Amino acid sequence: MPTEVKPYTASELLCVMSARLLEEGQVVFAGVGIPLLAATLAQRLHAPGLTILFEGGTIGPHIVPGQLPPTTNEQRCTRRANMLVGITEVLLLLQRGYVDVGFMGGAQIDQFGNLNSSFIGPADDPQVRLPGTGGGNDIASLAKMIVAMPQEKRRFVEKVDFITSPGSLRGGTSRKDSGLIAGGMYKVVTDLALLDFDEKTGRMKVEALHPGVTPDQVQANTGFELPVGPDAGFTNPPTAEELAALRRLDPDGVYTA
Amino acid sequence: MSLEEAAALVRDGEHVALGGSTASRTPMAMIWALIRAGRKDLAVSRSIVSTEGDLLFASGASRHILTSWFSQGIVWGVSRVMRAYTESKRARFEEWSHMSIGLRYRAGAMGIPFMPMRSMMGSDVAGRLPDLREMTCPFTGEKLLLVPALNPDVALIHVQRCDPYGNAQIDGLLFMDTDIAMAANRVIITAERIVSNDQIRRAPDQTKIPFFAVDAVVEAPYGCAPHECFGAYEPLFTHMDFYAELTRKDPEKGVKEYLDRFYYGPKNWTEYLNLVGLEPLLDATRRGRSIYAD
Repeated sequence: MPTEVKPYTASELLCVMSARLLEEGQVVFAGVGIPLLAATLAQRLHAPGLTILFEGGTIGPHIVPGQLPPTTNEQRCTRRANMLVGITEVLLLLQRGYVDVGFMGGAQIDQFGNLNSSFIGPADDPQVRLPGTGGGNDIASLAKMIVAMPQEKRRFVEKVDFITSPGSLRGGTSRKDSGLIAGGMYKVVTDLALLDFDEKTGRMKVEALHPGVTPDQVQANTGFELPVGPDAGFTNPPTAEELAALRRLDPDGVYTA
Repeated sequence: MSLEEAAALVRDGEHVALGGSTASRTPMAMIWALIRAGRKDLAVSRSIVSTEGDLLFASGASRHILTSWFSQGIVWGVSRVMRAYTESKRARFEEWSHMSIGLRYRAGAMGIPFMPMRSMMGSDVAGRLPDLREMTCPFTGEKLLLVPALNPDVALIHVQRCDPYGNAQIDGLLFMDTDIAMAANRVIITAERIVSNDQIRRAPDQTKIPFFAVDAVVEAPYGCAPHECFGAYEPLFTHMDFYAELTRKDPEKGVKEYLDRFYYGPKNWTEYLNLVGLEPLLDATRRGRSIYAD
């Protein structure tokens, strides 16, 4: 009989579901927040040989529970790491093909997996100027991508206001045609479902629903047509072990509250 | 030389590159000195810009910042000051991808006019930048993006140790600093400590910037505060929280208040540190040195 655990938050669900996608031995280029937490969780659970890269120039950091670095560029990121390199060098690892998975969050995503973290509204007269690409554009241009974000209508839009980090651009072969020959969108993890992309059209589709979620719920929180195909299944709920490990990593709920 | 003397080496309207990244090894003491000296219309570039960008905008020292990411830090959300200045068109945030900035400095450091790269193509980030070219590789026929060299007039870089000649040693994350130094026409180094040339020669592998690239060396203890300097101190989180809170409700008023109190108010850098406070400095120092305790 499983022991009674405190119910999980949406962020905790995101972390656990993302962590499950990472495999032993992979090299993962992770942003801070949920991606870093999920990558560290995967290390603790099933992928002790997972290597994390930070865009600040850290290769293989050792993250201390309760002391998650606030950015990818601080000395906390470097604790007991394998190697420190310059920013340009760590990003060039993407271009050379050393990175198995790029993993980040997103403010806004569209049906082709393009991400926007630059402008809400038109770029020349925005309602909101967002912080910008950081390493996002380079990571999404060069690596196989996992994106973790909450599923809301205002975040899942038909067409992003601005393509900061490329998915399949306009679908079909447009990504390759533009000169981006590697990588591309692989999975999107939300608090409602696990999403992937149609190989031919580049459009987003539902791979599996999280426990207790209905197709209507997914559609109600999405600004474009998001079909739940006949082969879509259900994900398994977070286990007590997964949640306990996650709560040890972020005891103060900095990222998972 | 002093911070004030070094600030006189930077002229209005020049392109200034900042070493470090986000809240790490920010050349805050030199930025502080430039703002106090009333510098105007500087074009500023950096890999990632944190609170120093707010202060450069709000003081009028710069109305044009070239970077890949501009906000205090993820945990503090989007910078309200950056938003206020860019959304009202009083200042410009020119957005490039992180790697493209690195390769632009690198081309500058290599003495060549451009670098080819494989990212940014097809995105709107590239779409907004006039200084890009696509080319077909003459060897393979592949499509590549070319980014132009960036040779700043001045680079401001803060390091842990430097000798009087300008041999600068950097511990921990290097960011883009060697490229920035080699690409710039003038380099101003601020250092936690000025050490003898003998000290430098004991660990030449730690020297990341050679003396012949350097024009000025200034000793500036806690020269990144409230940001961090690897192995010496972590960010002064309480001060960073205080700044975020001050600028959240009324960004314009908050940042002006901050500049008056911490930039224009103190007589010198020591007095600035005094205002920041001994307790946060000691706390940040304890946390910063702990990396050597593992």
